[in-house]
Amino acid sequence: MPDYDEFLERIFKILKPFTKPGVMLNKDSELVTQLGLTSLQVMELIEQLEDHFDISIPLNILPDIRTVHDLATQLERLEH
Amino acid sequence: MSLFDKFQPLIDVRAELERAGVMPFGAVTEKILSPTEAIVEGQRVILAGTNNYLGLTFEPECVQAAQQALAEQGTGTTGSRMANGTFAGHIALEEELAAFFAKQHCIVFSTGYAATMGLASTLAGPGDVIVLDADSHASLYDGVRLSGAEIVRFRHNDAADLEKRLRRLGKRSANTLIVVEGIYSMLGDQAPLADIVEVKNRHGGLLLVDEAHSLGMLGEHGRGVAEAAGVEDAVDFTVGTFSKSLGAIGGYCVSDHAELQAIRFAIRSYIFTASPSPSVIASTRVALRLMQERPQLRERLWENAQRLYDGLKSLGFKLSPQVSPVVAVTIEDRDWAIACWSRLLRRGAYVNLVMPPASPTSDSLLRCSVSAAHTPEQIDRILEAFASLGTADTQAAK
Repeated sequence: MPDYDEFLERIFKILKPFTKPGVMLNKDSELVTQLGLTSLQVMELIEQLEDHFDISIPLNILPDIRTVHDLATQLERLEH
Repeated sequence: MSLFDKFQPLIDVRAELERAGVMPFGAVTEKILSPTEAIVEGQRVILAGTNNYLGLTFEPECVQAAQQALAEQGTGTTGSRMANGTFAGHIALEEELAAFFAKQHCIVFSTGYAATMGLASTLAGPGDVIVLDADSHASLYDGVRLSGAEIVRFRHNDAADLEKRLRRLGKRSANTLIVVEGIYSMLGDQAPLADIVEVKNRHGGLLLVDEAHSLGMLGEHGRGVAEAAGVEDAVDFTVGTFSKSLGAIGGYCVSDHAELQAIRFAIRSYIFTASPSPSVIASTRVALRLMQERPQLRERLWENAQRLYDGLKSLGFKLSPQVSPVVAVTIEDRDWAIACWSRLLRRGAYVNLVMPPASPTSDSLLRCSVSAAHTPEQIDRILEAFASLGTADTQAAK
């Protein structure tokens, strides 16, 4: 079972190409307001995580996710 | 912070369109002349974005039935189906739809939205799982969100991805509602229903198919994609609308599950709204009969779809891969898409402008829908309007 750090590392890896120059990417980065992800890009991020970890991420968790940390925390909860 | 802050992006887009003197969303039809022509925003146009697939909106028999119902039964039922709003016509239409689909049970709703949202929000609940196609209509998304079930998306039209999702659920897959459409409303592509049914048969669960855009178009009897794919028996719930091929407004669900008759009393969008007006029911019943009596409407529709698709393709536009009565032209640049929509209107063609997030990708769409009532000459005039925009290459350069 992947843990929080593994989820975090993978999220950073996927987000890197989406991150605009000059924008700092860390676990407190807000996906929409700071990194500027569109709703389609958020779904692409979710799909890539699903493929990598062979999991399904329910849409129900999305309202609770603002930051990279929130996403990693929710994924860890799904797994346990 | 204000309640209105979240609407700022919408407010900005609206202001931008106003400054440009274009308002594609809610363009006013000042006078409707026929199923295929109208005066829109002061322009006489060919209507190529109305979902009036069989062109039955002005059919004399439908109009006459509606007028008679209006005179005999009044303007509205003023009540819910569960209270005073069930008239003999509602029951007759439910029986006629069930017979048409060769299913045991039917519920008639006041709108297609109420039907799809109602079923999607009611069939599964907390503890259950809904697995839906990523490109599903907003009414289905709204419904599943209300359900309280766990919601999982699978990649659009990808039965292998659906299988992956069901496999991950393990035993819970038997407790799952699978939600797909027949023809998808934005790009006009069809669900691979035979493949989806195979996956369902392997993993269990119930299958709901929204045939809103495929009723009257596909299959020997015009029952939709499930009939064309020969998998109607494997579809647990079919939902759809009267507002497209039947030229009115309203929705339905048909099923062989006897539970549907009790489930109707759990569907909030069925209970807490007034039932369809008698005139709407009357015209829908006639349209349903005419749709069965006139298979030539279906043939003409597909001829027109092919003519428009081929014409746009030869003009160099980027189209969805499948020929369909919904023909969507993809335009990458949003501002250019808005300009094209406006130019098309001035050149005498009304189409739908679809921008993200309503479009399934980050591209915008000039979405055309074809009618059996279009003449080949009208299709050619729509093509002439598109030709005046320039080719795909020149668009890319703009």
